[in-house]
Amino acid sequence: MSEPLLQVAGLTKRFGGVIAAEAIALAIPAGECHAVIGPNGAGKTTLVGLLAGEIAPERGSIRFDGRDITALAVPGRSQLGLARSFQITSLFADFTALDNVALAVQAHDGHSFRFLTDARRDAALREPARAALEAIGLGSRADARVDKLSHGEQRQLEIAVALATKPRLLLLDEPMAGLGSDESARMVAMLRRLKGSLTMVLIEHDMATVFALADRITVLVYGRVIASGDPAAVRADAAVREAYLGEQDARHG
Amino acid sequence: MKAALKVLGVPLPACWLAPRAALPAAVLALLGLVPVYAAATGDPFALTLFGRIEILSIAAISLNLIMGYGGMASFGHAAYLGIGGYAVGILWKEGITSGFVQWPAAIAVSALFALVVGALSLRTRGVYFIMITLAFAQMVYYVTQGLDRYGGDDGMTIGSRSGFAGLVDLNNATQLYYLCFALLLASLVLVSRVVNSRFGLVIQGARSNERRMRAIGISTFRYKLVCFVIAGALCGLSGALLANHTNFISPAMMYWTRSGDLMVMVILGGLGSLFGPVLGTVTYLLLEEALSRVTEYPGLFLGPGLLLVAIFLNGGIESLFGARRRE
Repeated sequence: MSEPLLQVAGLTKRFGGVIAAEAIALAIPAGECHAVIGPNGAGKTTLVGLLAGEIAPERGSIRFDGRDITALAVPGRSQLGLARSFQITSLFADFTALDNVALAVQAHDGHSFRFLTDARRDAALREPARAALEAIGLGSRADARVDKLSHGEQRQLEIAVALATKPRLLLLDEPMAGLGSDESARMVAMLRRLKGSLTMVLIEHDMATVFALADRITVLVYGRVIASGDPAAVRADAAVREAYLGEQDARHG
Repeated sequence: MKAALKVLGVPLPACWLAPRAALPAAVLALLGLVPVYAAATGDPFALTLFGRIEILSIAAISLNLIMGYGGMASFGHAAYLGIGGYAVGILWKEGITSGFVQWPAAIAVSALFALVVGALSLRTRGVYFIMITLAFAQMVYYVTQGLDRYGGDDGMTIGSRSGFAGLVDLNNATQLYYLCFALLLASLVLVSRVVNSRFGLVIQGARSNERRMRAIGISTFRYKLVCFVIAGALCGLSGALLANHTNFISPAMMYWTRSGDLMVMVILGGLGSLFGPVLGTVTYLLLEEALSRVTEYPGLFLGPGLLLVAIFLNGGIESLFGARRRE
């Protein structure tokens, strides 16, 4: 069997005395939608930071597409095809929706040392950007400034920006955060369409989403992987039920 | 269909056609007519005052490029005025009077200085960035104070203006004025093109959200550094003009309060708007001039005025005229 697209081994990070990640191992083959779940404080955010390159691990390695990227900085990982969305919307707030996506297209279209031609009239940037917005259902909002978009629209735009970098792996950090039920359903439908064509790592709190989308699930508690497997196995796992699902079930009645 | 307006074959951005372009157009037209007024009234002072306004407008435009569009609040921008001026003055003193040597030298040395300052400061942010840029500017200030051969602390009178082999005669006040005017227009066109280019969008994106910029795959440092160098070079040109305009260089050109003046002009006019720095410079220098005629303490009135602009006019003077910023 060929090497998984993303392979994480022994990944460890502590903040002071707090263990945020302890010997985490993941193997995610191309095309899989892999969810990472865990209660608050389980280290999900740290894992996103480690995978995206914002946090340097103390030990362990990250291999992506057969390459060791443990020491590679954030922009380099993006150039290799590892894209991410942010849990707390992180966009160019004073740019239009289309500008946001076009800049992501531009970032993967060679260097940007072009000084005199108007980038907003550059069909090589605008057309793919417009297509990405249409695909995500934001075509009619292309010229609206990001700070005038609704929260749900901003969440969609997060995904469109990530997709515009033509990623091979999409790291989704709680894409449902703050969405209403209609918006959540639309987001799930959209992510379902992406499944198969794109490898996804889905960090998510919302259990319905996770079980609707994930091919496999990894459960984190206190920075450790306590279970990993297909949804049915994880749902049946006693340690998981105790640590996480039981608590969730109770909270959601 | 509206035909694209062109200046010297360069199509102007669409925003120049909008109604809000009326104010910049009017200000530029008035600046262009100052020599006519001066000739009609026989009052050369207007040429001196407005020539200075044009030159410092170019400096403010260059500061706005990094501070307004790029979010790099350099508190040492007057250093480039001084370096540009000293390049002209030192070369004159050493017998090189050709502007074809002096001005490229002013631009090149300023660019080089910006490269060094930028390389060391752009990895820091906020107050540290401000302190490093300030420290470098003060360093140049003290170095020029020690240059006894070039006037030391007192400064030096430059005996002749830059020569351009008969193409332009800078000893003719009107020609000098119109050269400054042309370079002001060229600076505006240049910056408007740069900020809307791929490069410019990276610069503005880095100001808006550095983290997102990195996540989509762009290391911003080298772009910011190049932007810093462009701004330094443009301000160096402004310094070469200033030395020609006053026939004088002194360390005072780059004292830290002058850097502060430039920042005030940019913020007053409207941070990150193309024409804001010109409006800010015109307003600031005219107010200073007017107040200095009626009071010994113009700062006493300028200060509270600036405070009011900062509190009530978030987008500077340009925002009064409906101009939207940073688009």
